[in-house]
Order: sequence, then structure tokens, then C-alpha cells
Amino acid sequence: CTCYLLLLLLSLGVSAVEVQRPRGVPLSKRQFYEEGKPFTCLDGSRTIPFDRVNDDYCDCEDGSDEPGTAACPNGSFHCTNAGFRPAFIPSSRINDGICDCCDTTDEYNSGAACQNTCRELGSKEREIMKEMAEIAKEGFLLKQQLIQEAKSGLEEKKAKLAEVQVSKKDLEDKLEALRTVKETAEQPEKEAKERHLKAWEDEKAAIRLEKDKAKMAEVFLELDDDADGFVSVADLLTHSELDPDSDGSFTEAEAQVKHFFLLDKVDTAAFESVWNNIKEKYVSESNADIPAPVETPQEETREPVPENDSEQYPEEDIPEEEEDDDEEDEDEDPDDGDYKTQEQKDDDDEGTMPPYDDQTQNLIDAAQKARNEFDEAEKALREVDDQIRNLEKEISFDFGPGAEFAYLYGQCYELSTSEYIYRLCPFNRVSQKPKYGGSETNLGSWGKWTGPEDNVYSLMKYEHGTGCWQGPNRSTTVKLTCGKETVVLSTSEPSRCEYLMEFTTPAVCQEPQSLYPDAHDHTEL
Amino acid sequence: MMASVLLLWLAVCLSGTWAVDKGNFKTCDQSAFCKRQRALKPGESPYRALLETMELTNTRLTLQLINDNNKVRLLLELYRLQGNITRVKINELKPLKPRYEVPDVLIREPPTEPLSLLSQDENGVVLSLGAESQRVIVSARPFRLDIMEGRDVLMSLNSRGLLAFEHLRMRKDTQADPEGEKKEEADPANQAETAKEEEEKVEDGMWEESFKSHADSKPSGPSAVSLDFSLPGVEHVYGIPEHADTLRLKTTDNGDPYRLYNLDVFQYELYNPMALYGAVPVMLAHNAQRTTGIFWLNAAETWVDISSNTAGKTVFGKMLDYVQGSSETPQTDVRWISESGIIDVFIMLGPTPKDIFSQYASLTGTQSFPPLSALAYHQCRWNYNDQKDVQEVDAGFDEHDIPYDFIWLDIEHTDGKRYFTWDPHKFASPKEMLQGLVEKKRKMVAIVDPHIKVDSNYKIHNEIRSKGFYIKNKDGGDYEGWCWPGSAGYPDFTRADMRAWWASMFAYDQYEGSMENLYTWNDMNEPSVFNGPEVTMHKDAMHGAWEHRDVHNLYGFYVQMATAEGLIQRSGGVERPFVLTRAFFAGSQRYGAVWTGDNAAEWDHLKISIPMCLSLGLVGISFCGADVGGFFKSPSTELLVRWYQTGAYQPFFRAHAHLDTPRREPWLFGPENTALIREAVRQRYTLLPYWYQQFYQAHQTGEPIMRPLWVEYPQDPATFAIDDEFLIGRDLLVHPVTEEGARGVTAYLPGKDELWFDVHTFQKHNGAQNLYIPVTMSSIPVFQRGGSIIPRKLRVRRSSTCMEHDPYTLYVALNPQRTAEGELYIDDGHTFNYEKKEFILRKLSFTKNILSSVNMAPDAQFSTRSWIERIIILGASKPSKVTLKTAGGQESQVEFEFDASMSVLTLRKPGMNAGVDWSVTLQ
Repeated sequence: CTCYLLLLLLSLGVSAVEVQRPRGVPLSKRQFYEEGKPFTCLDGSRTIPFDRVNDDYCDCEDGSDEPGTAACPNGSFHCTNAGFRPAFIPSSRINDGICDCCDTTDEYNSGAACQNTCRELGSKEREIMKEMAEIAKEGFLLKQQLIQEAKSGLEEKKAKLAEVQVSKKDLEDKLEALRTVKETAEQPEKEAKERHLKAWEDEKAAIRLEKDKAKMAEVFLELDDDADGFVSVADLLTHSELDPDSDGSFTEAEAQVKHFFLLDKVDTAAFESVWNNIKEKYVSESNADIPAPVETPQEETREPVPENDSEQYPEEDIPEEEEDDDEEDEDEDPDDGDYKTQEQKDDDDEGTMPPYDDQTQNLIDAAQKARNEFDEAEKALREVDDQIRNLEKEISFDFGPGAEFAYLYGQCYELSTSEYIYRLCPFNRVSQKPKYGGSETNLGSWGKWTGPEDNVYSLMKYEHGTGCWQGPNRSTTVKLTCGKETVVLSTSEPSRCEYLMEFTTPAVCQEPQSLYPDAHDHTEL
Repeated sequence: MMASVLLLWLAVCLSGTWAVDKGNFKTCDQSAFCKRQRALKPGESPYRALLETMELTNTRLTLQLINDNNKVRLLLELYRLQGNITRVKINELKPLKPRYEVPDVLIREPPTEPLSLLSQDENGVVLSLGAESQRVIVSARPFRLDIMEGRDVLMSLNSRGLLAFEHLRMRKDTQADPEGEKKEEADPANQAETAKEEEEKVEDGMWEESFKSHADSKPSGPSAVSLDFSLPGVEHVYGIPEHADTLRLKTTDNGDPYRLYNLDVFQYELYNPMALYGAVPVMLAHNAQRTTGIFWLNAAETWVDISSNTAGKTVFGKMLDYVQGSSETPQTDVRWISESGIIDVFIMLGPTPKDIFSQYASLTGTQSFPPLSALAYHQCRWNYNDQKDVQEVDAGFDEHDIPYDFIWLDIEHTDGKRYFTWDPHKFASPKEMLQGLVEKKRKMVAIVDPHIKVDSNYKIHNEIRSKGFYIKNKDGGDYEGWCWPGSAGYPDFTRADMRAWWASMFAYDQYEGSMENLYTWNDMNEPSVFNGPEVTMHKDAMHGAWEHRDVHNLYGFYVQMATAEGLIQRSGGVERPFVLTRAFFAGSQRYGAVWTGDNAAEWDHLKISIPMCLSLGLVGISFCGADVGGFFKSPSTELLVRWYQTGAYQPFFRAHAHLDTPRREPWLFGPENTALIREAVRQRYTLLPYWYQQFYQAHQTGEPIMRPLWVEYPQDPATFAIDDEFLIGRDLLVHPVTEEGARGVTAYLPGKDELWFDVHTFQKHNGAQNLYIPVTMSSIPVFQRGGSIIPRKLRVRRSSTCMEHDPYTLYVALNPQRTAEGELYIDDGHTFNYEKKEFILRKLSFTKNILSSVNMAPDAQFSTRSWIERIIILGASKPSKVTLKTAGGQESQVEFEFDASMSVLTLRKPGMNAGVDWSVTLQ
């Protein structure tokens, strides 16, 4: 049996027409189903007698012979849904006891008690659509404004960029000029400083010589035990630290050969050549009991400390790591320390360098001024560079086909839930902060537009947020819908650490008439 | 579903790797009784049968055994049971106090058959087992049992002298009880015993032992039992699930024995004998001539050692033995060790695999017959977050035109892990949600675990506490452990009154928010105790008079029993229940489905799902599945697709995922993969009539549904170790693709006289060959056996219930003799009315070019609206005319199409009702 459906249709609201066609066939395909004539499957695969259309057996591979039954696994059924939107449903939903079409036509033989709800749905939808259309209308106007603003904003920014680029050129020139000034001033400064230093070095050498002489005299007196004005080899041999091969026996021969102690004894004048040989090693007799400072013990006392620690906490990884860090630090620090103490020692021994003379100081002051001016100019240039970079970044951002999303740049929008405050800073980042204490969690930084090909600007993706335990880094998808206001509507976490945010903005509002093109037809029903 | 959070932290923080932390679980060496028993080496048994104590009645033989070392006497009971089963029970003759004997697992006291004495002398007695010249020989010194058929020994007990029975004794350091001393004085036998005992050294771990930070007080002291079984001629043994190991059991000489002790093992490791969530102490032994079985009825911690005299030999070595004629018979030796209880062993003598299944079913029952929808696809996740989430996932299936029947809610749906409650915010109106599913003819499962939050504002807890239903700790207080809700009590499910109360909690007026389309999932019922030894309960916790030690492996069995009973009772006994459990024991098949626990999204876990479910099927538990996609970790798209393709052909078909994994509903991986998954799920739905029929059969016979090839081809040694393919019933052979990047698979098609038809292409293949099958991502290699008839419903709808009245397509695959047969079972799909003979069972047979449908159950009554829309005959030749004859003798011509290239004949719309007599003649 071929089942027919009588459809009352108001065509363009002018006249009533009766259209006969097999169950489940949309008006647009009516011409393929001509009663009494053999039916060719819509894929052309075969032709069957017309009485096999809708006979509850699947003959066509594409399912086109059974538009009104569930016989074909891949068929689809058309519900007219007068008063609402027409729809296609998979033919597996025909007579399955579940009402899918609001006009009840899918359940013609299942016993399901379906109510025709098309009018209700239609009026409800029309209401919603009206509302949405209003929103869209206003939103779309706002969007136009946004586009205008973005356009002028962009022009402004471009102009600004051009302007800044010009000023950058000026700054660069200025910087070059200042560099020359600086270098010119620094040359005489350097020379004057060197002169001053040289004088100071000379003075220091003289002082050191004086000190050395005094020390020699002192040692001579110390060695000259019998105060006869002469120092003998024997006197020297009491100083084992002077033993050249440190073999424990300091012999006369060694003293003679190594320390030019050619005579049995020397007077003050002859002692000078001996002194030059022994002064590095000589230990004053008054200090002989005090052991010479040795460098190694210091290291020895330092090392066991971490060892003790690691024994105390054998299983804890973290303290060990910290020690590693400390050790690395210490590797550098001791050098600095040594250097500093050395300098200090020098200062103690030989006093401080006298202040620069006026002439040199003037040169230094002049050079410093040139340097400061140069640094300032350099800083200004850097600032300009930053400004250019930011402008270029903003200009190059994909703010949508009309740059309608540009107004979101640099803004942040918040949504407060029972537990958290969510914060969306478009084109920057998304974050979550507990309401009652606790630190902020990064839910992702701006990634890209990820809407479907035909609507790329409907979804934003923020990626690489704070890592999740055993999971991915947090990320957020922001779903944009049309609205008059720019608001975060909701947030959820559909999958662990993958957040979804609903966000309204006029920037995605479409021109109202492009919504539901056939809505008008039905409003007249 | 999930393992413990604590362990999760421990395992990851300390080891940082994705594998089981073996240190959390005992080895045999760390389990005092196992170590003690395993230290005994084969040799002459100290046990002697005292023949003068023998008593033989019509149904049983009893005699005493004496251990010559310590003079302790045991009582041996021997029964011949109906259906070729021998039962051997050994207990202490006079135990200090009763030893635990497992109740409730056997469906009844097994009916006996007469034993008769064939001969007797001072060395022993010979008893007849009736049929087929089978005899039991009881040898006296040393004691051993040999079961013979003709001249062949089928099985020997204590032939290696490993019978050991640790008798209950007084603890030495507390033996100040004067009455006890008096008794001993009065009884000279006892005195001798005591004297002997004193010579026995007290080993470590007899009176207390500890593992990690947990102490076991062992108030009864040593109580282990052990017995060896020799299986001459046997090289293949199977069963004793649950282990993540190959189908064929391995020898254990160089490692630990297989362990049976229900445990919540976090991130279990594959291919080893460690214990898992469930335990069925049943082993099958098979060779080309015979199949036998051993059912060791003991619920305490049990270890099974397997050794073989041919295990180390290569094929060449075996050949050489054969040629030289010096070959000893291959033999497998098995040894069972349990911590407490008695020896109660059922020796099932086959001789065929199917005899074993019916013998075992006669003891513990068959697979429950589930509602048809439970065989369809289940969508699960830890967790679907709230009602909106449920609604959206439900809508997603419709949007992507993928059928599903059940959506599942894990622990987060509850109000603070208080089972039988709903989160007041996320699931504020559960009935509304369930009604939404009713309208789509779909169902829901919500989890109900056995650990009960200790919270005086929680009704369930208060009632259990006030009724004294909680398990007690060794000091007599309510046992408390740590689980999902924090501190939790564990109801004593071994008590019948507790189970009755629990069942009553599922009544619609007790379980708020429940409706008839809400079913139940019992997880964590090993039981899992996060802070207990080996993540389970202390063995010295008390179930009334019994220690947890005695009953441990029964706990999960009882939980599922009580829950299933609750679901039956809430409908007044009308509706069949559906309950999924993670822990199980012998007999659990009677209460629902099991799954293989918390697996991982890895290719090896996909592969192991086959032997794990095959092993369960062999011991009666047919309703088995693994989490599709893998529970832990996130599967690659390829793995997910392959898992759907495999799961679609396994009995319990449920996708599940861990809380921390990204969402993986089938449509989240691009249209191509959505289409692949859709196709796999649709194949499942078209085959539901066949699956349902298999469950009906399993319910009748105890035969496994998903079965190893050797069960159907017991004489073909090539099938004995195959566990990468399997049969569903006897007519469908499935070799799922379980290799990453596979370009092809090699399937073994068994049976030298068989034909196998590719179900997708109808290509015909001969049996007894290894067939290479090139595969693409859409391939699921499945073959229909020539000689079979399989009914399908090709109109796949959004749930199985929507397909109830749909017509059938019959797939008739001809064998070389051009015959075929099959069955068609139809009932209402969800009630117990089939027990009242409300069903249709048709025998379909094709012979001499006539396909006919004959009523196999004339006393049954049921009517169906379903009809036969199409008959596809594979391996057919072209007829000139096809005539349909229906009951009234009316004849009509049936149109047909013939595909000569594939020899496929399709009969178009014969149209007869599926429940009536008819025949179709090809001329």
C-alpha cells in the first residue's frame, strides 16, 4: 500500500492548494514521486514499480523509496510541521513511539499519543525570534557602530603608528648625535682618569718601597740575634719556612745557593739582596707560633654540612635539591668575596686613592652628563619601540572581518558564581579566582578563533593555562552569541580542566533578515 | 570504576609512573600461610586413610584420615553427584571450633547418586562412579584418590603428597585454661597430639602477621588447607579468574602462584598472576579427548600453583620424545592453597566442554537473563556532571544518530557520597531527568557502593548502625575504614537479614528519586578500604562468628545478590534486574554483569579484554565487558575506535572514563570517527536478537556466550591457546583489530569441514585455515559459520526498546551439505514472564532447499508484532521460484534477487509473522 498524505498548504498566503505526495516526501522532491509511474531511486541506482514506494521494504540503497517508513537504514522523513518549522528526521524515528515531528506525522502507526504542538512551538519560536530579531537588530546596529569605531580606531592607530614611527626616526637621529657627544666627552675623561690613576700607582709604589725597607730593617734586627750588625747563615737557618725544597732540613748550602747568602754573614746593605729572596716566605719570629693561614680548611668545613643534611633527611628530595642550588650559588659567591676582601686589604695597606683634581672632575662631570642624556634618549627610543610593537600587534590582531571585536581589546569582563569569580580579558587571558581567598588560576591565554569554517568568529580559544594534575593545561573555549550587551553569561567545565564560557556581544550579531529566511512565510499561517 | 584516591596520590607522587604499585599487594612470600604451605615439597604424604573407619551409605562414603606426624584426624567425605561430578570434602574430625563452610553459593544441596563398592582390601577401596566404567580408588597409605575411566587416570588427588590441613589449636602462650588441660588428660589421643604439637615449631606468622603498617591478629592461629591435583595427559588449563593474563594459564614454578583474593588494584598490570577484583575458584583442564574441571569451594584468600612436565619443552623436544618413544605422558599438576575454611572440591568429569558447563551450572546456577536493553550500548563517565549534562549527552546521541540505551552516573551524583541520595544542586530533580529518558525509551544506572558514610544525619547509616548490621572490628565495635565518603562503615552482607533490609532500600518509596528505568551499579565491593591492608578489609574484622578472613571473597557476591533482589522486589517480582558488579565469586553469574575494573587506555588493555572475558565465561560469568576506551588515561582516536569495534562484539558493551580524562563522547573526534563509532554501535544493535538469544541459552545451559574456539572445536589443538579471537555462541567468529596501525589481521577459521562467511562482504572461506584479512579503520572481521541461521534487526533505532516491534532479517549461511539451522527467541524483553512460558522459541532450519520455522516450545504462549522482512541465504544457488507456505496452508510467491558473484540469494519481504509456522521452498 502506498500511503498518501493530504497536505493543506497556504502558498504565499494567496490560495489553498491540495498537494498529494507520498508520506515523508518534501514538497521540493514531489516531482520525483509520480503516482503510477516507475520510481527511480534518487541516486539513480535502480528503477522500481511505484507500488514499492513506501511499501515498508527498502529497495533503494539511498533509502529514497521509503521516505515514509523506517525500512531503510539511511532514509529521512520530512515533517511539514505546519505552523512551525519543517524538518527532516532520520527514518529510524518513524513509528518508534517517540513524538519527533510536532505535527505528529512521524507516529502514524505506533500507538504513541502525540499531540500536534506545531502552533504552540511556532508561536513560542516566533516570540523568541522576534525577541532575538530585536536583539539582533539593535545588536547589529551596535555592531555597525563598533565597526565604525574600530575603523576610526584603526585609522587612529595607524596614524599614531606613522606618527610614532616618524618620532622614532627623530629619536634615532638624536640618539646618534648624543652618542657622538658622549664619546667625544668620554675620551678626555678617560685620559684624565688614567693620568690620575698612574700618579696614584706611582705614589703607591713609593710607599710600598718605603714599607719594604722598614720591614727589612726590622727583620735584620730580628735575625741579628747578637746585635752585632751582621746576620749570619746560622741565623737564617732557624727559619725552616725558608727551606727551598721543604725537605725538613735547611742546610747552609741551600741557604747560600738559593738565597744568595754568599757570605758567612752580611751587613744591612748586603742583606737587601738576601731579603728580596726570602721576603715572600719569611715568617716573623713573633708570629712563628701562629700557624700560617691555610685556605683548604675553609672548604673542608663547608662541605660536610650538606652531607650531614642529606643523612638526616635521606628520603626527602626537596631539601637535597635546595642544597644543590645553594652549592651552585656558593660556587660564584666565594670568588666575589675573595675579590672584595683583597681590595679591602689593599685599601687598608695603602690608603685610598686621593680625589680627582678639579680638572679631571670637570671632565668626568661633562662625560657623565653626556652619558645621562644618551641613556635617556635610548630609553625614550625603547619606549617608542614598545609603543610601535603594541600598535602593530593591535593593528595586526584578527578582530573580525570589520574589526568589530576590536573594542574588546584591553577590556575585562567578570562573572561571579557561588564559588569563583571568572574573568575574561578578550584577546588576552581567562582566569578564575576563588571568592573566599586563594590565588588566581590561569584558565588560558589567547590562542585563536576556532569557530567552524562558516562562522570562525563564533568561538575563541584560550590555551596553555595552569597545568592540571595528571591532566592537560587548562584551556577555555568562549562561545560568542549575539546580544546588546557585552556580558559573560555562564561558565562550565564540561571536561576536566576544559572550560566553556558563554559570552554575548553585539559584535556577532547578524543582520536580522538573514536569520531563518522562511520565518516570514510561516508567520502568516 | 575507580581505585582509591589515596593510592592515586601515593602511586603517582612516589613512583611517578603509570603502573601498579606491586609493593601494596602481597606476594606468596609475604602471605604467611602461602609461604608456609608452599615450602612443603612434593613427597610422601603423612596422611593415611583409616579404612576401618569407612562408612558407605547409598549417597556418601566417609572415612577418617590421620596425619602420622601429629596424629590429627581428618574426616573425608566423598559424594557422587548427579551429572558426573564427584565431591570431595575434607574437614577436621574434631575441630576446636567449627571451620567455615561456604553457604549460598551452591544453588541447592547437590543431588547425589548411589556409590557402590567394587572392591576392598587393606590397601584401599574401589568405588564405582556409575557410568562409563568410572571409578574412584581410595588408597590408604599414603592417602590418595585416583579417578579412573577404564584404564586411564583422569585425575589424582594428593598424588604428590601436598594435602595439608592446619588443624585449629590453642595458642601456647595463652594455654592457661584449666578445663582444656583436664580434657586433654581425659583423652589420650588428644594428649598424644599435644605432645606431638609441641615438637612442631611455631613459625612466624602463625598467630599474627603484619603487612606494611597493618597487623593481622589471627585469633584462630594457623588454619590453612591445601591439596594437589594431578592431571595426566593435560597440557592446557584455564579459568580461575580474575587475572589480567592469557586465556591459557601459565605454569607458576618460577614465580608466584595465581592468587584469588578480591582486591581493588590501582592501575593493574597485565600478564601476571596478581589478584584482581573478583575470584572464581574454578579451573578447567582440557585435551583433545576430554575436558575436566575442579571447583574449589573456599572463599578465603587462595593461591593456585600450576606446573607441567612439558612446560619447558619445545615442539622439537616433544617430537624427539615421541620418536624415541621415551616420552612420559604430558601432565599438569595443580595445587590449591587457602587460608582457612575446609577442603570442599567438586571434580567435574566432563567429558566435553559443554558437559563441564552444565555440571558447573548444576552447582552454582546459570547466567541471569538480563533485560534486553542491558545488552545494548551503555554510555558512562565518571562523571556526568549534572542533569543538564545528562540531557545534552542524551541529545548528542540523537543529533549524531548513534543509538544508546543506558546513561550512567558515577559517585559524584550523590549527596556527598551518600548512596541512595542525589546531589541537591547538580541532580535536584532526578525524576524529571529519568522521565526525560523514559520519553526516549532509554534508561539510567546510578552507582550504589557498599561503603556507608559514617554520618549521623544519613538515614542509611543510622539504620544500619541501629540494627547492628555493620561488620565489626576485632574489638567488637563497628568496623570503620576510609573510602570515597571519608570514614565509612561496611554492612555485613553475609547476613540474610541485612541483605533483606538492603534490598528493601531499593523500593521506590525508600530510594528517593528512583524510577523503574533506574538500575544499579555496585562498585568497590571487594570491599575496597583505602586505608586497609592491601586496600581491603582487615582479615580479623568480624562477620558475626566468622572472621573476614573466612568470607572475604564472598563479600562482592553478596552485595550484588542483595542489590539484584532489591531491584526485583521493587517491581513486585515482575521486572528483571540489571546490576553491574566489580567484585564477584562463583555463582555471581546469577545476579547480573561484571566488568574488568579499572583498565587503561592502552592497546594491551584492549587486547587483554578478550582473554579476561573468555576466562570469566568459562566459569559461568558470561555477562562480561571491559571499559570501552580504557578507564585511566586518554585513548588515541584510533584506539578508541578499535575499542568500540571490539566492545560491540563483547557481552557487556559500556564506554567509561576517569574523571581526569578529557571528554570522549563518540562525536568528539571528527565526523569520520563519529561515523566509524556509529557503525560499530549499529552493528551491535542489528545483532541484538542474536545476543538476546545467546543470553537465553546461557541462562538455560550455563554455556558461555563469548567463548574460546576450543569450546566448539575441542579436538583441534590449534585452537587451544587462541585468545585474540573468539566465538559468540557457536555461530559468529570475531577477530577484532587490536593492533595499532594494523593493515591486516590473521584469523584462524576452525573446523576442517566448516565454511565461514564474512558478515560484511558475504565472502566465503574454508575452515581449518589461517586467513589473512586486510583491514582498514572500518574493518571488524566477523564471520558467520556455514550451517547457521542468525536473526538480525536491520532497522537500528535510537534505543533497543524502540526496535521491539521491528521486523527480522534472517541470515542463512549454508554449510557444504547445504543445510543450516538456528533459533529465534522472542519475549517481552524485560519481565520474568518468560518463566511463565510467555515467549516464542522457533527452530529455524534449512534443508533440502526448504527453510522452515517450527515451534520449539509448543507449551509457551507469546505474540509478537515482528515479522520477517528479508531472508538472505549465503552460499545459495539461483532458484527459479520461491514459494512461501504459512500455517493455513496458504501459498504465495516470494520475490528474490540473486547475486551470482557472491552466491547470495535475497528473498524480498516474505512478510510472515515471526512467531508462526512457515516454510519457504526454493525451486
